[in-house]
Amino acid sequence: MTASRLQHVVSSGVVLMVAALVAWISFTQEPADAFLFPRLIAIFFISLAGWNFVRAVTGLAKVGEGLDGPGFVNILPGLLVMIIHVFFAAKTLGFYLASTIAFLIIFTIYDPAPLSNRNAWIRRIIITALFMAVMHALFALVLKVQTPRGIWF
Amino acid sequence: MEFLGYFGGVFEPISFLLLLGGTIGGLILGATPGLSPTMAVALLIPFTFHLQPAQGLILLGAAYTSTVAGGAVSAILLKIPGAPANIATSLDGNAMAKRGEGARALHLSFLASGVGGVIGVLLLIFMTPILAQWALAFSYSHLFWMAILGVTVIGSLDSKSFVKGLLSGCIGLWLSMIGFDDNLGAQRFIFVDALAGGIHIIPALIGLFAIPQVMEMFSKGRENAAIEALDVPKQSLIASIRELSRSIRSLSIGTIFGSIIGIIPGVGGQIAGLVAYDQARKFSPHKDKFGKGHPEGIIAAESANNAMVGPSLVPLLTLSIPGSPTAAVLLGGLIIHGIFPGSDLFDNHPRVAWTFINSMLIGQILMVVFGIYTATWAARIARAPVPIMAAAVMVLATFGSYSVQQSMGDVYIMLGLGVGMFFLEKFGFSAAPLVLGLILGPIAESNFTTGSLIAQAQDGPLIYFMTGPLNMFLIFLVLASIGYSFWSNMLHNRAAGKAGAGS
Repeated sequence: MTASRLQHVVSSGVVLMVAALVAWISFTQEPADAFLFPRLIAIFFISLAGWNFVRAVTGLAKVGEGLDGPGFVNILPGLLVMIIHVFFAAKTLGFYLASTIAFLIIFTIYDPAPLSNRNAWIRRIIITALFMAVMHALFALVLKVQTPRGIWF
Repeated sequence: MEFLGYFGGVFEPISFLLLLGGTIGGLILGATPGLSPTMAVALLIPFTFHLQPAQGLILLGAAYTSTVAGGAVSAILLKIPGAPANIATSLDGNAMAKRGEGARALHLSFLASGVGGVIGVLLLIFMTPILAQWALAFSYSHLFWMAILGVTVIGSLDSKSFVKGLLSGCIGLWLSMIGFDDNLGAQRFIFVDALAGGIHIIPALIGLFAIPQVMEMFSKGRENAAIEALDVPKQSLIASIRELSRSIRSLSIGTIFGSIIGIIPGVGGQIAGLVAYDQARKFSPHKDKFGKGHPEGIIAAESANNAMVGPSLVPLLTLSIPGSPTAAVLLGGLIIHGIFPGSDLFDNHPRVAWTFINSMLIGQILMVVFGIYTATWAARIARAPVPIMAAAVMVLATFGSYSVQQSMGDVYIMLGLGVGMFFLEKFGFSAAPLVLGLILGPIAESNFTTGSLIAQAQDGPLIYFMTGPLNMFLIFLVLASIGYSFWSNMLHNRAAGKAGAGS
């Protein structure tokens, strides 16, 4: 089995498992009236997911380029920053501080300029500060959105 | 001619400022490679939440129109289509720019977009009320089938694989059922606290359209993304207008094909531009010049992809079936204000409906004016490095999702759906049918539940939902959309198989 076909089998399998979970919950939970529409959808969902899985196993599901190793490795640091920012930092540090740090880290990780370049750091810090100032003006001053303050801001 | 009475609403100070801002911002976003019109409109939705419905729709409509046209700037100057709709434009546009005729290409692109766009919006103005009145005849069973049709049409036509397209629609329908069911007092599919209130449309739209693009930018790593734009020597606008007036054939082909394709739900601007380009080439006496910097190629492609915008809203505003993924996002923008397409929109909210449609007409003219004079400036902004764009979209998505209900739960949902969608897209699943399922799910369910109650007092659900000419017609359309997609998938696979065997 090629890497691409294996990926299609795994992704189709995950979708089939979700469909099975939806069907199981829809047909076992009460009150039955509240799950009438979910049951209807679950029947189509699991049928299509089953068909898709069979197509993947037999090598017929070829749509989608799948994940390539280097691309996935490139994504990981950015994804990690997004997860830490949203699930942990935003509430504990404060929405604006956490967003400023996340912006700067993502900018730095993916900026081709070397980390030792002082001018690149100055440019990154200025752009981050300007962008966050615009966000603050837009959301805090214009839209009056109250964000979690955390330990600072 | 009801629409004429609502032109004043477009020129109210705030509305007009939003129209201007949406047009200029849309041109810049459209010119930015990697930022699709759908994502731009999705990111704007949180701001419309704080505006009056008509004002919010004006902003979204302006952004929709100008992002499609703005995509031509990067297609011509950078040879990177700003959106899939501008692929055909890059074929001749960049060749012209390399010859030092960038300004001429940009002029023709915006002028053709304007002509196509105005005719498209006029079609929207005259066709929508007729279809909306037809929608008055719909009962609960018909509305249920309409919602299902919306999901199957987009699922079948917008995806490369119809099985995965329909599966995406099913996932969207399931997501729409998560949360507390107010009618029967039941908790459904609440696995974590953040899901207790259900999935709000806005964070879902932002997550599904913005986060996969951010992750796509991450996947390029630290490679130097410096893009070289071509210089644009000044050229006479009058000469470009004269040239457009001499190119009636390609302008007509683009506008006609764009309008027809736009009205077919789920097909979208990418196909409109390519089909019009191909037809213009076939009918041209200078076939061999296409692809080498021939102005007719730009005129046909750009008039088509903007002529598509107005008609793509006809099925949306009358029958809740979006003509394109961006129109699906606009549907979300309508529903968050408690406005439902169809007769409700035109009978109960005529000011909202007509002010929005009129603003699209004025927006086309503004788009031409600002497009011509700001194109080179927009191209410069569009060259913002990828890491800045990725970080900016990520932070904007976080703030936008939070601002709707001031809830961290919405931000978790946005990120969760976005990351999930990125991986699903890698395996051929599509965001547009998923979004449609999410938006149309509650409409389908409420009409299914109410219809079932009525059916119990009559002849039973089977007769209520499956009989009657309109039910039968809608069921036929549901099956036909799936059948057509299945058939075209088979033809495509057979052709691919033959090509493989031949090589």
